[in-house]
Amino acid sequence: MIVRIMGEGQVRLDDSHLTELNKLDDELLAEMESGDEAGFRRTLTTLLDQVRHLGVSLPDDALEPSDLILPSPDATLEEVRAMLTDEGLIPG
Amino acid sequence: MSGVMKRMGMIFRAKANKALDRAEDPRETLDYSYQKQLELLQKVRRGVADVATSRKRLELQLNQLQNQSTKLEDQGRKALALGREDLAREALSRRAALQQQVTDLETQHQTLQGEEEKLTLAAQRLQAKVDAFRTKKETIKATYTAAQAQTRIGEAFSGISEEMGDVGMAIQRAEDKTAQLQARAGAIDELLASGALDDQSGLAKDDIQSELDRLSGGTDVELELQRMKAELAGGSPQQAIEGGTGQSTSQSQPRDTPRFDKQ
Repeated sequence: MIVRIMGEGQVRLDDSHLTELNKLDDELLAEMESGDEAGFRRTLTTLLDQVRHLGVSLPDDALEPSDLILPSPDATLEEVRAMLTDEGLIPG
Repeated sequence: MSGVMKRMGMIFRAKANKALDRAEDPRETLDYSYQKQLELLQKVRRGVADVATSRKRLELQLNQLQNQSTKLEDQGRKALALGREDLAREALSRRAALQQQVTDLETQHQTLQGEEEKLTLAAQRLQAKVDAFRTKKETIKATYTAAQAQTRIGEAFSGISEEMGDVGMAIQRAEDKTAQLQARAGAIDELLASGALDDQSGLAKDDIQSELDRLSGGTDVELELQRMKAELAGGSPQQAIEGGTGQSTSQSQPRDTPRFDKQ
């Protein structure tokens, strides 16, 4: 599957890694919902590192739709929370 | 709802689909994107040209400074030859200042040259990317057109099959209706025959009349039979009939002449 890291590009990941990444992803969601900024930052960094480590970067000119999308490494908890509101990432 | 990345992906896709729905034709979007890339490439090329122009200007300035420097050196030499050491010193000090400028400009020149090389390389890479995108875009457009045609064909086919289905249904319905009517007609006949239904046509007879008809019908047959027998025996059919009607006037009838009593 294709995972996009916002601001970085796309990574091709084997589906077999999804389970371990899902754990981190769920942790990240829990930290975001509880407002644990430090935990959120730590988990996001770990998750992004894992995705970069396990995946293969796609060339910039590749036209592949992303299956999963991750916030950019410098995204704050509030920014991600805003992205996940009903309004979504692109207003309108 | 699960993790962040899935939710973000879903929101992105939903938004992208919405955005795509609004776009009249994805091929136009691709063309637009290509156009934007070409514009970007144009900008980079313009940047390369600007840097090259600056480099050229620096080279001209350097040449001028070099010429001035040479001229000052000559003037210094001449001044010394004429015994004017003060003039020679002035010329050489000016030359030294020019040399400093030359050194500065040479450094700038080198920097610009490096910049130009980098930009030229970037422009070449971008050109390659834009070319690749153009090829990909054309492929996607062709695929999209083919898919669209395929969908149209599919739709046409499914439309035809639906129509065929409708025809089939109509036939089925007609058959059902016919069978239903036949069954109904059969049932009505039975009901009329049993007298449960009144025949509105007025052709039906009550059971008593039917029985009488049956009996008289049977008698007519008997009468006809007797008449034929009489004919064969040589007797007058008229007589026989007359006899049959109970108005016999002849006594010479054979013995076996049947009696025409109505039963």
